[in-house]
Amino acid sequence: MTAPAATATESPAPAEPAAGKRRSLLNPWRHPWFLEGFTWLYLIWSLAPIVVAVLFSFNNGKSQSAWQGFSWRWYFSDPVNSVLHDPQLHAAVIQTVRLSVLTTIIAVPLGVAFALGINRWRGAIPATFNFVMILSYVIPELIFGVSMFIAFTTLFSSVHLGTVAEVLGLVTWNVSWPAIVVQARLVTIGRQYEEAAADLGANQFQVARRVLLPLLAPAIFASAVLVFSGVIDDFVIVDLLSSSAGNTPMSVIIYSTQHGGNGGPALNALGSIMLAMSLIIVILGYIGYRLLSRGEGNTGLAALTAISGEN
Amino acid sequence: MKLRKNAFWIALALPGVLWLAVLFIVPIYAVLAIGMGKLDQLIEAPVAVWNPLDWSSSGVINVWRDIFGGAAFAGPIIIRTLVYTVIASLLCLLIGYPAAYFVARFAGRRKALFLVLLIAPFWISYMMRMLAWIDLLSTGGYVNKALGWVGISPVNWLGGSAVTVVLGLVYGYIPYLIMVLYAGLDRIDHAQLEAGRDLGLGRFRTFVYVTLPLSRQPILTGLLITVLPMLGDYYTNQMLSGAASTSMIGNLIQGQLGTPGLEGQGAVLSLMLLLVLLIPMVYYVIATNREASQ
Repeated sequence: MTAPAATATESPAPAEPAAGKRRSLLNPWRHPWFLEGFTWLYLIWSLAPIVVAVLFSFNNGKSQSAWQGFSWRWYFSDPVNSVLHDPQLHAAVIQTVRLSVLTTIIAVPLGVAFALGINRWRGAIPATFNFVMILSYVIPELIFGVSMFIAFTTLFSSVHLGTVAEVLGLVTWNVSWPAIVVQARLVTIGRQYEEAAADLGANQFQVARRVLLPLLAPAIFASAVLVFSGVIDDFVIVDLLSSSAGNTPMSVIIYSTQHGGNGGPALNALGSIMLAMSLIIVILGYIGYRLLSRGEGNTGLAALTAISGEN
Repeated sequence: MKLRKNAFWIALALPGVLWLAVLFIVPIYAVLAIGMGKLDQLIEAPVAVWNPLDWSSSGVINVWRDIFGGAAFAGPIIIRTLVYTVIASLLCLLIGYPAAYFVARFAGRRKALFLVLLIAPFWISYMMRMLAWIDLLSTGGYVNKALGWVGISPVNWLGGSAVTVVLGLVYGYIPYLIMVLYAGLDRIDHAQLEAGRDLGLGRFRTFVYVTLPLSRQPILTGLLITVLPMLGDYYTNQMLSGAASTSMIGNLIQGQLGTPGLEGQGAVLSLMLLLVLLIPMVYYVIATNREASQ
């Protein structure tokens, strides 16, 4: 029992002395079963409720706790209450996809160019704006949302609350992802490649286009995954900036329908669709990141942490 | 020459710089202009005052009175917010640290599996995660069913229970704390732990004298990453309780923002919150920068 446990620990286990063969509590290299049990309990607490919620989105009945058979009723079969046929739920799915695509298309190039420029442009202005960008990354979302709401209702009131305001708000909120991820990557790349290219006669544009961009590709891709999935899950900004059923995304629909207590299984179906969307993005992101960064000796773990913003 | 050398990079950075100026700096200033502005009594709409010289302090005085005055209604809400946030953050740490510690130190070859499971909540919408608990905690839900098996009568979890709200906050924000702790604990040099062992410390004392001091920084940044959003959270307790008896400062701000005539006070309140959080925010930036440069 102790032997496989000892190999499972990361620390190099020394050859155990004969006396250590007994399962001694004093053995400092024994596997921490209590900690492992605790971790599993945490994981079950963390994930089992989601599994139950997804399961009951397939329930052939309104109950959330009594299984009445499998059905697609809440997804598309029910002519009134399914996600497909309820106009509000249907519109919410489309709005989430629309916001994610638009925000990613705008925020990623904006953030990447910003990161490149700020990183090379020396002076007080770029330093200040880099700080402003980081501030936009750490500011609590409610305060940011309040500033957006006030801006779009008083100052820029020609931009009414709705899709345009939502996209402008989401881009501002998410532009820090590519800006931070790309800057971190620039630091690891170092300057030798572009100096070599410059020595060989490349101008700045060619350096950026032919040397930096290919080297940055994994980072840019990872930040696109982060922005896209971030927008799917975003709540505060879209809650404050949406104005009608036509421009309300899924997260806000779940919130506003449920907190009145009117949520039915169709909401579980909506949440499960969100989950499936995020899952597809993560899987595509993982595969794409590994393809783009192959040859760098990256592990799957590195790809995983990169697309979840932990680096 | 210098300008020409810079011109290309300036041109690259400029769109982002302008974007942040117009859509981040100006809106924050707009909050200031509304908070320090006047109220149009006729149409009950706030009027922004852009010139700092014309700012009126009436909005600030009103909010101050709401918080500290005799019939203050905001004061108790702020105290409640602090109590909830402190309890929830400490619970996050208490639950999160052992899990992060286990995965960072002992998961061995199964590290990838554990990591995927730890990260999974990041990819699941916050609202979906709250919805899942609403299903479980409802009157006929599994939690009450389980209580019924051991003979406890159903509890009205979702009718304004502070316990539910605090546990909801813990459930909502703990994955962020765990990832910060994991990253920090994973970076600890094994040689230092082995040195402790070689010098005769047992597993427990190695933890107390080596691991714990080395994880002070991750604990601090991890707590910040849960505290900052909790202080601006209005949706968790709205979803899980909805009662005024559990409302937090986020609910106050969000409610005032949606009430004609009170937007100015909502603006002042969010500025006060920003002011209080500015120091921890800057600390967070400096701490993570230092980590990244190590």
